[in-house]
Amino acid sequence: MTGTLEGCAGPGFGSVPRKEDGRFVRGRGRFVDDIALPGMLHGAVLRSPYAHARIRAVDATAAESHPKVRAVITGETLAARGMAWMPTFSHDVAAVLATDKVRYQGQEVAFVVAEDRYAARDALALIDVDYEPLPPVVDARLALSPEAPVIRDDLLDRTDNHVFDWETGDADATAALFARAAHVSECDLVYPRVHPAPLETCGTVADFDRISGKLTVHATAQAPHAHRMLYARIAGIPEHRIRIIAPDIGGGFGNKVGMYPGYLCAVVGSIVTGAPVKWVEDRSENLMSTSFARDFHMHGEIAADADGHILAIRVSVLADHGAFNATAQPSKFPAGFFGVFTGSYDIAAAHCRVTGVYTNKAPGGVAYACSFRVTEAVYLVERLVDVLARDTGRDAAELRMANLLTPDRFPFRSATGWEYDSGDYPRALRTALEMADYPSVRAEQKDRWAAFERTGKGPLTGVGMSVFTEAVGAGPRRLMDIMGLGMADGAELRVHPTGSAVLRLSCMSQGQGHETTFAQIVSHELGLPVDAVEVIQGDTDNTPFGLGTYGSRSTPVSGAAASVAAGKVREQARQVAAVLLEVAADDLRWDVGTGTADGGSFSVAGVPGVSVSLREIAMAAHGGLDLPDGVEGQLAASTVYNPPNLTFPFGAYVCVVDVDPGTGEVEVRRFVAVDDCGVRINPMIVEGQIHGGLADGIGMALMELVAFDDDGNHLSASFMDYLLPTAMECPPWELAATVTPSPHHPLGAKGVGESATVGSPPAVVNAVLDAIGVRHADMPLTPAHVWRALQGRPIRPDIAIR
Amino acid sequence: MTVNGVEQVRDIEPRLLLVHLLRDELRLTGTHWGCDTSNCGACTVWMDGLPVKSCTVLAVMADGRSVRTVEDLEGPFGLDQVQQSFMDCHGLQCGFCTPGMLMTARKLLDDNPDPTDTEIREAISGQICRCTGYRNIVAAIRHAADAEAAGRGDT
Amino acid sequence: MQVPAFFEYQRATSVAHVVTLLERFGPEARIVAGGHSLIPMMKLRLAQPELLVDVNDLHELAGITVEDGVLRIGALTRHAELLASPLAGEHFPILHDAERVIADPVVRNRGTIGGSVCQADPSEDLSGVFTALRAVAVVRGVDGDRTVPMREFFHGPYETAVRPAEILVELRVPLQPGAGSAYVKVDRRVGDWAVAAAGAVVSLGPGGVVEQVGIGLTAVGDADFTAVEAEDLLRGRVADEYTFAAAGEAAATHCRPVADQRGPVDYKRHLAGELTVRALRDATARAHRGGSTE
Repeated sequence: MTGTLEGCAGPGFGSVPRKEDGRFVRGRGRFVDDIALPGMLHGAVLRSPYAHARIRAVDATAAESHPKVRAVITGETLAARGMAWMPTFSHDVAAVLATDKVRYQGQEVAFVVAEDRYAARDALALIDVDYEPLPPVVDARLALSPEAPVIRDDLLDRTDNHVFDWETGDADATAALFARAAHVSECDLVYPRVHPAPLETCGTVADFDRISGKLTVHATAQAPHAHRMLYARIAGIPEHRIRIIAPDIGGGFGNKVGMYPGYLCAVVGSIVTGAPVKWVEDRSENLMSTSFARDFHMHGEIAADADGHILAIRVSVLADHGAFNATAQPSKFPAGFFGVFTGSYDIAAAHCRVTGVYTNKAPGGVAYACSFRVTEAVYLVERLVDVLARDTGRDAAELRMANLLTPDRFPFRSATGWEYDSGDYPRALRTALEMADYPSVRAEQKDRWAAFERTGKGPLTGVGMSVFTEAVGAGPRRLMDIMGLGMADGAELRVHPTGSAVLRLSCMSQGQGHETTFAQIVSHELGLPVDAVEVIQGDTDNTPFGLGTYGSRSTPVSGAAASVAAGKVREQARQVAAVLLEVAADDLRWDVGTGTADGGSFSVAGVPGVSVSLREIAMAAHGGLDLPDGVEGQLAASTVYNPPNLTFPFGAYVCVVDVDPGTGEVEVRRFVAVDDCGVRINPMIVEGQIHGGLADGIGMALMELVAFDDDGNHLSASFMDYLLPTAMECPPWELAATVTPSPHHPLGAKGVGESATVGSPPAVVNAVLDAIGVRHADMPLTPAHVWRALQGRPIRPDIAIR
Repeated sequence: MTVNGVEQVRDIEPRLLLVHLLRDELRLTGTHWGCDTSNCGACTVWMDGLPVKSCTVLAVMADGRSVRTVEDLEGPFGLDQVQQSFMDCHGLQCGFCTPGMLMTARKLLDDNPDPTDTEIREAISGQICRCTGYRNIVAAIRHAADAEAAGRGDT
Repeated sequence: MQVPAFFEYQRATSVAHVVTLLERFGPEARIVAGGHSLIPMMKLRLAQPELLVDVNDLHELAGITVEDGVLRIGALTRHAELLASPLAGEHFPILHDAERVIADPVVRNRGTIGGSVCQADPSEDLSGVFTALRAVAVVRGVDGDRTVPMREFFHGPYETAVRPAEILVELRVPLQPGAGSAYVKVDRRVGDWAVAAAGAVVSLGPGGVVEQVGIGLTAVGDADFTAVEAEDLLRGRVADEYTFAAAGEAAATHCRPVADQRGPVDYKRHLAGELTVRALRDATARAHRGGSTE
């Protein structure tokens, strides 16, 4: 269903084909590994085989004498430049190249720069590192025990592996409601460590010009401007002499927000050799060392009255942050936006406590389309509601319907202080249940159970759902910053003399189709054809400052900025039109037109036939026209958009699965997704984003996992072991939309990039557990996990299977 | 070997992977790579008319054989139908898996002009897409099959 | 990207040429055909041969034929060719069952039957198939050909009866008219290695009594990929659910799986039993229909 959604009409909007596709289908995209600069050298990273070890010595002499090696950089090299450590996004530091200890398997120890990529790899084997292995901290639940080795002995006065404690909500009010509840259900849930694993790994080409002192970095960067500031701080190069260029990016999902040692080593490599240096991680490096996601061990409690009304939720979380606290999220939110864990329900009180710990694992934690841990929050509450339904003998859909917030409650202030902007949750759930034909699936399930009890043979059918509320589009800057940079984004729009336009943005597409969607926004505001608007992004020398694309923030923040900038241009045009038509500006009426090359037009109210088009205005604005005071001439505007609040997209998902009880195999038969992300600028692109997120949900619920053995060895370091869903595991998604505009976004739009990733895992898990009649088992529900859950002995996912 | 119909002669190390020959030596960067273990299929090209994963083929093994990459799909009269259909059906987002998907799709339709959705899903099951959830890729290949059938005058 | 270390490369012009090269270079020489097992190992530098002998031009190693009551599968036969072969499918549906779930279609275009069995990965599907079929491997060395029953072919993980200066040339499967065969696999996802898998070949006599049976097990720790105890139990008994259950129990009891991220020991043991039952059930049903998949 595309094109004609209620609330989505308007010039420029609609399912227009993407402008970027022409180059991609021809193999003419330009990704970072496609870049070849004259004289370019190649870097490779030597990584630790140990999860925890002291470094006694690093001997690089043999590598340095390799005929094709131009430089070997070690922790010592960097320490001499004050670059051995870098600040993280979360008030910590992380090693660039290890100097004292290695703290996770795969950690960066040395960097070779050679004439070709094969030689660089060869030379790694020539570096001799003397390690003294130390006992690792692998099990997060043991990280705070007194016997646990201290991982961060680099920090002054560190005697344990504690990172932070954080709480939200009202503990007393919550306790009071629990005390008088007729029913309390509890559940322990692990949201295991996973990895965003975009198909293109992370990489860079660093090019330092010794004459001008200018550093140009081509990199897989979702947040180019934030990266520029980090390079300036870490490398000591003035910010105006740094240019970050993000070329086409082969998927990001949060993986390409962070600053990785390989990027910095390539920069140093270029400074040292005077030549451009390319470094692109291989798949193992990507899975082992760059930003993981989740790793939340949660204990949830849900209290209800005798009628099944949910009263309160209480949560405690142990968060495994790995060896460095490097979560990429607003700095005042150590657990991200997990605080929205009251979800889509009318809950009077809630409380949550989160404790973060260090372990001997890779740092990161906020990635994989997680909306800053809304993913974990939604999983928690949607699982708890199912557990409550089971414990109290209620139907999961009816229990949800009875507790959902109703449209009259918006804007709604949640028990943990979040102000939801708009929503109609019951409509979304009703739509999804109707599409899934819920009663008949339940009837089929009953028949299958009966057959199973008679014959011992499956399949068993299960139906699971989730009604999720997302929280996306950070800032406001007053509350939300990354390393002190307020989360507001700029946009600059210029209409050329002949009436076409260029829009410059601070965000950066990784496949979301910004070149199309943002041109549509300008088209919507000015009436120009989508093709007449060029969108520039991902080049810090040519775009306004802003925080970039992650957390589904492009449309909520940069989209609003583009709309505001275009509105300013339109008002300038009105002033120019007033001169051209010799009337007062207030007497002009704007007609956006039909998307022709003339653009929209101003006409004089009540005087038919007298009008001037945007194209004519553009030429005049650049010409010799005498303009009144305060109208500068030309047609251009810039803005910085500081969002007043997050936007809160939502949706209702229903998943139907068949489970073979003899083997534990799961087949997702149907997946119904009703999404409401407010006004849809390009419904085709929105639906594509949802499809991708639903596949993520299948992946996380059924197969994706990063686990470690007792020695801290990474057990998922290739795509043979880190499984991603293929076309065979994904059903033909069944989508529908409702449209509840955001009241505070200029276009009524909300973000949607992560909705499906956030909302789908609990629907799949709820369906599988519903099929097998088990109260809870942790993801991923591989055949082994399902079978063991059926035996009443579920597998703990975060440690090696024994 | 011939690459996209053009004879190529190179003196190379035996260990050079075909994907690196294509990308680094011949600068045909439309063929991507996404893993090292022949799981993701981003590097899929044709060798002697069959889709293969070029990250797991040595360039020397392609000596004397013909290789076809995504750059060869577009002909003198425009885009191949699978390219057009991927654009029409929003069968791509970041575009990274797309060249490999297109090569497999072209081969599938050459062999089986009217595949079922299940046959389409099986054909691309060795190729990972992280963006589309596959639905529009399947739709695009179906669309291409229909368009080509219409072009042939099939009913 | 991961890249291999240095090696020399020779493209073989005949099987005799292969043997000569292997003879000259000793154990540091490796044969490469499809390369889908070897090249990833070389990229990880877990394998660092000095010489690679490319056998892809040796058409004498390719092809699927039936001669003198034997299905002959050349070692260079690609997985896709075996899957597409009506001859193979007509006589042994188990071959198509297995090929359908080995890796993925693009890998199957390149990977070879000989390469798969010579890799001797404990999770290799074809290993369990050819032991169930009681196939015979033909191996050529400097002294000519010798045959090795597939049940004696595997000497442990990644070790086979093929000696350093020998090459596997073909697999011979004696035709078993009227036998039914089937292969059943559980994996975590399409294209993944087996968590466990079972293949069965069943010949029925009068009264539905099992005359001959072969059961192959993959990924559950049987060095020879064979469930001998289950086979012994079945022979001479009526092929029914009761017998299958007993055979499954025997297979589960005698296998020796190890835990890994695909599953714990108890689960794999359970699967060995469950999949043995299912493979027997399917194979027997096909035997009742004269061996075909119809």
